[in-house]
Amino acid sequence: MLILDWLLAPLQYSFMLRGLMAAVLAGILCAMVGTYVVLRGMAFFGDALAHTILPGVAAGYLLGGGAREPLFWWALGTSVAASLGIGAITRRGRIREDTAIGIVFAGMFALGIALISTVRSYAVDLSHFLFGNVLGVSWQSLGRMAIFGLGVLLVLGLFYKEFLVISFDPVLAQTLRLPVTALNNLMLILIAVTVAVAMQTVGVALMVAMLVTPAATASLLTRRLLSMMMLAAALAAISGIIGLYVSYYLGIASGAAIVLTATLFFLLAFLFAPRDGLLWKRPRA
Amino acid sequence: MPPHVPHLPDQPILNVAHVFLRYDRHTALEDITFHLHSGERVAVVGPNGAGKSTLFKIVAGVLPPSEGEVTVYGSGPGGHVCIGYLPQRSQVDWRFPVTVADVVMMGRIAKLGLFRWPRKQDWDLVFSALETVGLANLAKRQIGELSGGQQQRMFIARALAQEAELMLMDEPLTGLDTPAQESLLALLEHLQQRGVTVMVATHDLEQARLHFDRILLLNRRLIAFGPPEQVLQADKLVRAYGGHLTLTEGHMITDSCCEGDEYVDS
Repeated sequence: MLILDWLLAPLQYSFMLRGLMAAVLAGILCAMVGTYVVLRGMAFFGDALAHTILPGVAAGYLLGGGAREPLFWWALGTSVAASLGIGAITRRGRIREDTAIGIVFAGMFALGIALISTVRSYAVDLSHFLFGNVLGVSWQSLGRMAIFGLGVLLVLGLFYKEFLVISFDPVLAQTLRLPVTALNNLMLILIAVTVAVAMQTVGVALMVAMLVTPAATASLLTRRLLSMMMLAAALAAISGIIGLYVSYYLGIASGAAIVLTATLFFLLAFLFAPRDGLLWKRPRA
Repeated sequence: MPPHVPHLPDQPILNVAHVFLRYDRHTALEDITFHLHSGERVAVVGPNGAGKSTLFKIVAGVLPPSEGEVTVYGSGPGGHVCIGYLPQRSQVDWRFPVTVADVVMMGRIAKLGLFRWPRKQDWDLVFSALETVGLANLAKRQIGELSGGQQQRMFIARALAQEAELMLMDEPLTGLDTPAQESLLALLEHLQQRGVTVMVATHDLEQARLHFDRILLLNRRLIAFGPPEQVLQADKLVRAYGGHLTLTEGHMITDSCCEGDEYVDS
């Protein structure tokens, strides 16, 4: 019963319980949306988007006098605006798109840090924004995460076959006369909402890991989109739980512990995946 | 839901009139005019950068021309879901987590409409398309496990599932071994029997001569369009290819140029 005690002990604290629920929820959501991020090669976009919301959150933080609850809305608004803005940059422009994203993302991130640094106690608050504060999640924000998360998953399900086609073969999508631009923008908005929902769990700096790592792990183990999404979600949920226990018992920052657990799963799959594992693969001649 | 505009019976399946495509300072296509009859097989031949892929994208209604007009059965291509565009194999992410049947089912999406899942009749269509191209036993494979010829036939099955009446194939024979090329050419003949109109971009002039009703010789301008014996004449070929060509007794053997990379904008 020692193991059971070990497992149950942290749950006597309601902040731990809420933290676990938040980590699982955000993990599942990020992993399912992240499947498309991986398949469409949007990892850099996801990373940039997460960093770009910092000034929005900072502005909300300063205007609200440090209140935490409204920050979600500030994050959501900035995130949606930034995703469509970055999406527009990547469609047309004179500068290469990764360069353009890099400029916008670093500039916005710096603006966020500058804003937060005007407050005296900024180091602690900044670290919560950057690396998450999953143990500080309230019941209210947990409910909000659930509502928005389910909304995103619902849209993902409703447009499953359309998202599949625009990701696999955009030219086919055009010859089938699908509304490609609208669907692409919808996808950007879903990623944006996901980033806002998950922000409190891992923070903006580690967000890209939540989007990309479990999905990439799943891509090594499955051969169909739906099973890739499901497996990614399961891996992310398990990473969230293990990460929080590790964080509790070893005193490691929670966001970092979750991301490290997900990374460990990736390494295991990378080495031992049944078909593609590095260990069984013959070196290419 | 699908924007499938009506087909006017007295109009050609494809009419291209004075089409130009200009990029900043570069003219990719210049004053292209021709039309196709329903059910014919046309090879589009020309050197790299001749604008073959660009022409196909304009015909498919994916790329708007700078000038000129394309009509399919009497109306612009943008309203039609009867045009199947088969990508070059090098443009496809073969690691994508989909099976052969999944890819073929993508052809059904326009007819299915939003918020609907495939019904039994859609799966029946998908499997009969896979039978037609001889891939029924590989339906559940991940697409990266197919050979080059099988990959190409999968895309033909997808166009069949789409119920395409005009199929545009961008370099389908490139990089295939001889048996795979032959099985693909046999499949093209079968498509013709079904009344499907086929446009194929190819580098192989000998295959174009043997297996196609008409040849469209292209190098930014339309050099010639007609039956093989009229088009494959030394003067016309020199105008299209310049020096990159091996001629033997007035008959041409092959375009000695490299394969792959057309001038395509993204």
